[in-house]
Amino acid sequence: MKVLISKPGLDGHDRGAKVIARAFQDAGAEVIYTGLQTTPEEIADIVEKEKIDVVGISLLSGAHNTLVPKVIDKVKEHGINDVVYILGGIIPQQDIPGLKEKGVAGVFGPGTRLDETVDFAFEQVAAMHAGKMIEDMGDSMAAKSSNI
Amino acid sequence: MAEEKVRKHTTLSGYELKRVYTPEDLKDFDAAKMLGEPGHYPFTRGIREEMYRDGKLWTMGQYAGFASAEEANRRFRYIIEQGGTGFSVALDLPTQMGYDSDHPMSDGEVGKVGVAIDSLADIEALFKGIPFEKVRQIRTTANANSIIMLAFYVAFARKNNIDPNSIGFFLQNDILKEYMCRGTYIFPPAAGVKLSVDVLEYCGKHLPNWTPIAVSGYHIRDAGATASMELAFTLADMIEYFDTAVKRGVDIVAATRNSYFFLGAQLDFLEEVAKYRAARRLFARVMKERYGINDEEPQRLKIFAFTSGSALTAEQPMNNIVRVTMQTMAAAAGGIQTFHASSYDEAISLPTQEAVTVSLRTQQIVGYESGLTETVDPLGGSYAVEALTNKIEHDVLDLLDKIEKKGGAMKCIEEGFQQRMLADNAYKYQRSVDDGERIVVGVNRFTDGKPIEPAKFTVSDEVRIKQTEKLNKLKAARDNERVKRALSEVERAARADENLGDYMIEAVSAYATLGEICEVLKGVYGKYTPMRIF
Repeated sequence: MKVLISKPGLDGHDRGAKVIARAFQDAGAEVIYTGLQTTPEEIADIVEKEKIDVVGISLLSGAHNTLVPKVIDKVKEHGINDVVYILGGIIPQQDIPGLKEKGVAGVFGPGTRLDETVDFAFEQVAAMHAGKMIEDMGDSMAAKSSNI
Repeated sequence: MAEEKVRKHTTLSGYELKRVYTPEDLKDFDAAKMLGEPGHYPFTRGIREEMYRDGKLWTMGQYAGFASAEEANRRFRYIIEQGGTGFSVALDLPTQMGYDSDHPMSDGEVGKVGVAIDSLADIEALFKGIPFEKVRQIRTTANANSIIMLAFYVAFARKNNIDPNSIGFFLQNDILKEYMCRGTYIFPPAAGVKLSVDVLEYCGKHLPNWTPIAVSGYHIRDAGATASMELAFTLADMIEYFDTAVKRGVDIVAATRNSYFFLGAQLDFLEEVAKYRAARRLFARVMKERYGINDEEPQRLKIFAFTSGSALTAEQPMNNIVRVTMQTMAAAAGGIQTFHASSYDEAISLPTQEAVTVSLRTQQIVGYESGLTETVDPLGGSYAVEALTNKIEHDVLDLLDKIEKKGGAMKCIEEGFQQRMLADNAYKYQRSVDDGERIVVGVNRFTDGKPIEPAKFTVSDEVRIKQTEKLNKLKAARDNERVKRALSEVERAARADENLGDYMIEAVSAYATLGEICEVLKGVYGKYTPMRIF
């Protein structure tokens, strides 16, 4: 499992990003941390090149409504749809439904236990792969039946 | 589950606390040498003989971000009308990192954590109608851009026939901790230090009333440091600036007359009191022993403390009022000079007016009602506090020695030495909270299961559109030939390694934008590549 912890935009608060990166590593994941001041384009490039399963986005500057959709759109533009997005930082409750609609699987604010975030991401990835398998199976069965 | 664990008796910084402290803990303690008198070397007991007894409490400040210069201006005028003597100009991230509001990197960030400043026109809007004769201190979180902010303020004052030195501008101007933890850097460290020292030199020569630097441990602490790391990294940064200044022939006494240390105020009460006391003693000794300064005034460390944001919880936010009260009491007992108290809702969003008022009242209650301010260094002589002060001092000296042997603060930052220590400690802390070993009320104990409250204060994205319109108008109306000339002079002076102060003042007076100036400097110095250590 490969995890990218990212800091898009200009936000300099990265204590949480680094701590969660370390937690994923301790849980056995391969982790890349972007460092600060990354553009959505740069994040999408890493996701493609490194075949990332989980993209963690950390934002405390209030720019989440702009930057999170941009990151997700950029990754999709690269033709990648099998990625789990998790978001951490200071995210007002009222913004969460909109962000989930854009494709964020889970939002984790201050006070969240590290294992809660890590376990959630692992489960989401497992579910995504299982879903994909069923989809593939369905496709191949449909293909078979059309052959009959 | 947590109850079954063996109770550990450690401070937030990991110091093992004893059951009881006795004279045995201060066996070789020479009070005359280690404490001295209040107001005198080594200033352990405070930098003033009377401290707060003569009614001069610390300067009480509030940090508030407002989206546009016009909104911030209304707020500043209100503060002054209410009898305030100073205010902080919080800058948005693009301004702190040298991007104009219309730059692609600024998307989503304009006006979010502070006011957007693109050009002198924004400064004119920011300060319109402010009665400067009533203003004692204007604080700005300017670091990578500090020389440009200096230029904006000087250019504004000159245009309005005000002596710039008559306004007490307070610049943070501490670039090294940006690479370590705060993240608003633009250029590589050597160029960053050069520009910070330019500000020291310029202020020493022309603006003696300004505070040209507040060497900051606050952000270091909030990034995961222990109390001794906070002080050691701060002192090491200071030494890097001062050594550079001395090498350049700058009179550091003149240049740093009003300088401050900007430190955190954490929850561990005794440890924090000990920290402020140790900081003063260490600073005085460095000034005396390293720089040969024997006058007492430059040996006095002025401390600006700010309650630690990382201590605030989004759960049960009203509990934060109590946390901030304890932090404020530690700072008062520790003898600080300027103080900012956080608002209880800051883990949820930018603070509301109500929460900001409570934080100011907290300071006033501690200042006027607690009795803590009636005795100078009220905890001095406590076996526990003196033992902790000595312990912190000892560990700081150890760490300082390590940094010095590795080639100094900048070299260590380039190698990621401090960054690694901070990341390790932050992770250790989070694990101890997750394991229930460290109790955080409302988070891992005494929880109520209530969902986190929605944020009450948000900033719209319209500010960027307005700022962009303003920029377009400005670029059409200004004398673009003068701008070009001024920018090429900035470039020439930067390549010649001259002090950039006067060239910056001309550039901003010509209405060159912050982004344009930083682009020119990036051409000379390059851009810093962020580290990926975790």
